[in-house]
Amino acid sequence: MARLSWAARLYVGVVVLAAAIVLIRGPFGDIRWWRNVAVLGLLLVVFESTATLLRPRQLAWSPNSSATLAAAVLLGPVGAALVGACTIFGLRRGPSLAQRVFNTAMMALSAYLAGRAFVALHGTVGTPDAHSFPKVIGPFVVAAVVHAVTNHVLLGGVLWLTSDRDLAGRRAPLGMSVKLIASDLGYGAFGLLIAALWSVAGVFAPVLILIPLFVARWAVTQIAEQQQAYEATVGALCQAVETKDFYTRGHSDRVSRGSVMIAREIGMRGERVEAIGYAGMLHDVGKLGVPTKVLQKTGKLTEEEYAAIQLHPMRGLDIVREIGFLDEALAGIMHHHERIDGRGYPMGLAGDEIPEFARVLAVADAFDSMTSTRSYRGARPVEEAIAELRKWSGTQFDPAFVDAFVAAIKRDGWQRPEPPLLGADDLTTIAAQDHDDPSAPLRVIDSL
Amino acid sequence: MTERRHELRRFPWQVRDSGLLLLVVAAGVVLVASVAQTAVDGLRDPRIAVAFGILIAFGEVLRLNLPGDRETAPIGMAGALAYALLIRVGDHSAQHTAEQVVTVTAIGMIVGALPHLAVGRPAKVGGMSIRLLCVACVAFIFRPLAGNSAVAHHWGLAFSLMTALAVLALLLEAVLTALLRVDEQRARFRVALVDEMRVQLPLGAAVGASGLLIAFAAEVMGLAALAVFTAPLLVTQVAFRRYAGIRATYLQTVRALAKVTEIGGYVEPGHSERVSRLAVAVGRELGIHEPQLLELEYAALMHDIGQLSLADPIPGGATVLVSRQDQQRIAELGAEVIQQAQVLGSVAEIVRRQNEPHRGVEVAHEGYRGRPGRVDGEPSRPPLRSRIIKAANAFDDLVGSSLDPGRAAAAVQQLRLDTASEYDPEAVEALSRVVNRRSVIQL
Repeated sequence: MARLSWAARLYVGVVVLAAAIVLIRGPFGDIRWWRNVAVLGLLLVVFESTATLLRPRQLAWSPNSSATLAAAVLLGPVGAALVGACTIFGLRRGPSLAQRVFNTAMMALSAYLAGRAFVALHGTVGTPDAHSFPKVIGPFVVAAVVHAVTNHVLLGGVLWLTSDRDLAGRRAPLGMSVKLIASDLGYGAFGLLIAALWSVAGVFAPVLILIPLFVARWAVTQIAEQQQAYEATVGALCQAVETKDFYTRGHSDRVSRGSVMIAREIGMRGERVEAIGYAGMLHDVGKLGVPTKVLQKTGKLTEEEYAAIQLHPMRGLDIVREIGFLDEALAGIMHHHERIDGRGYPMGLAGDEIPEFARVLAVADAFDSMTSTRSYRGARPVEEAIAELRKWSGTQFDPAFVDAFVAAIKRDGWQRPEPPLLGADDLTTIAAQDHDDPSAPLRVIDSL
Repeated sequence: MTERRHELRRFPWQVRDSGLLLLVVAAGVVLVASVAQTAVDGLRDPRIAVAFGILIAFGEVLRLNLPGDRETAPIGMAGALAYALLIRVGDHSAQHTAEQVVTVTAIGMIVGALPHLAVGRPAKVGGMSIRLLCVACVAFIFRPLAGNSAVAHHWGLAFSLMTALAVLALLLEAVLTALLRVDEQRARFRVALVDEMRVQLPLGAAVGASGLLIAFAAEVMGLAALAVFTAPLLVTQVAFRRYAGIRATYLQTVRALAKVTEIGGYVEPGHSERVSRLAVAVGRELGIHEPQLLELEYAALMHDIGQLSLADPIPGGATVLVSRQDQQRIAELGAEVIQQAQVLGSVAEIVRRQNEPHRGVEVAHEGYRGRPGRVDGEPSRPPLRSRIIKAANAFDDLVGSSLDPGRAAAAVQQLRLDTASEYDPEAVEALSRVVNRRSVIQL
């Protein structure tokens, strides 16, 4: 947040000011009240200090809401705001001072509003007893929703204004936000449990609550770690498959990136974006089943040899079939060489019959092929490749995805591979033709 | 890693499947006795019983598979524990007996298992029996005490007692599950128990704490506590399910991608899968713990991946007939590939050293580009898991997909003859036991 736009500065300023007014105005309670603020504030500091960073956007996720919502019930709106303000004492290394101050103001404000909502719906502030239930639940749920929504709206606002495109993501966050709000609400429920246990367990209540929360946190970190390990492993294995052909190194990785760019541009759900990334990564594994001599052949291919190449998407499907991916990813791998006009392979599907994933992959695949160096030609400039995509748009490619890809490239750019250095590397072979290159189709001997 | 030689100890009653039978019978006896007693006494506090029964059934519907094919029902277990540990609901003292706890839990479990049955996922009777026995254990200890005024009015005493019982229940679950595993997979009890605790500990802690929480909260919130506490545990469970899903996909992917060597014509079809299954069985026989077994499985699946870097397939694949130099080169290349993934460092090391003779390499031979296993002139042994893969790989090269016990015996014999220099005698003996067992099962 080093260089903020004036709009962002104003926004952050307003949020911080509003929080400060709420905190200063009071009203405050007695000594007991302050002690409880301290206990819940400490709990919040513990949560905040152990927040999990969410990939891929470095947003922090923590069960803070359970502390502030408990405060909303036990201490009222101002108490909740004070507890929320303890965010500033969090021992997290990540955020800058500005971020820390903003986060604190944001937590205080959402806690305050949640507390107001709770009171407005006739929720009784104070330690709940046997007679408070179940009538406290309604106001509490509303308070939790208000808390989560305020939090995400304020956060969304700052992300949007700080023009940090990577962070803002601009379209992806909706699904993400819904998930975050849902998990916030889940942990918010602990807030009511803390409040409820306060009368029987007093300050021990938070301790009891901590265990399940930390387990959940642990699981979330494990997920992130496994996911990373998984991606790295898939990447390494794909590279192993690619080492066979000198010129296509990094191809899978780039097709994966290109497909993800298209998928984001057309607003696919996060889960599907992830799946299409893997599909791009694995789309050519079947090439391993094609004999090396066919891949290396310089002259025209015989019918049989061409048939062997046409089989590679099916081979690929054979390999990845048992992986628990979305079926869509499998369909994408199998059909990534179909053409809109029905003249592709292996099935000759046309138009909408071709699975969406396959149509996306086809665009990214051809584009990377054209912008990479091949033994029979140098790498083409991006503009030229775009022109080529446009030329085949409607016959070979789905125009919608070509447009989406072009828009994404115009905005984010495209990292072309380095031209390969031909060295005395005896392990690699050189393909003389590229089946992915639409501008230089495979030459097949015409059958007589 | 356990490098020392373990004796194989088995209790006489450890005949296959007898453990499962014993468990189910025990759970059945407890259940029948409890149902009979409850029928005689009549259902006390039916409203509370129904609420907990519904929660347990709901938990059973949402049961979850943890890595290593472990079935758990965290919400159901937490609900059952809470019901067993319940002292008061609101102002009303809970009157139910231990027998009633067992009955309600069993009915909840069975009702919850029905939807699974309907979609063709049969219930795992073993796991359900274990869960029921654990709950019964807690109930029979705590229910008689719940009415005791000392327990009912001293928060600290009740809290300590309940905590101890929740821990006991979870420990018992781990012990019984481990015993079942010993029986099913021929693992060693101590190894199985440690593995079980490691996998179950985090979720178990959450389940225990949630059980306690709900029992306490019911005093203040009444039955609303059930609904309130379920939400957070549900979120935890969703996270665990996601985690288990990624773990499963990971393994499936490595399995699938290991097959590229077969499709490319580098090795015989099914080779990597067979070697990995055999290697894991041998590793288990030798008392390797589960996380290391998983690495062994990965290494075994990918042991030939280095061949992909060769321009032309070695005719017939990387069999024992190929020169040591070539084998070593494949191992090196494979390790390099795996090293790329960064997270699989030990897997890469296992693959790198899969061809070394079991006593280690004395002199780094020509063309050996990796770290020669030498420390101060002493050849260092390759890791146990590399030695296991070496033996399993050689065995599969000799036997292939053949199921003929005679051929298997001959192959084991051939490996034994080479234990002086090539194959680790310990690994070969374990392999021989696994292979013998397998042919007995086939006959």
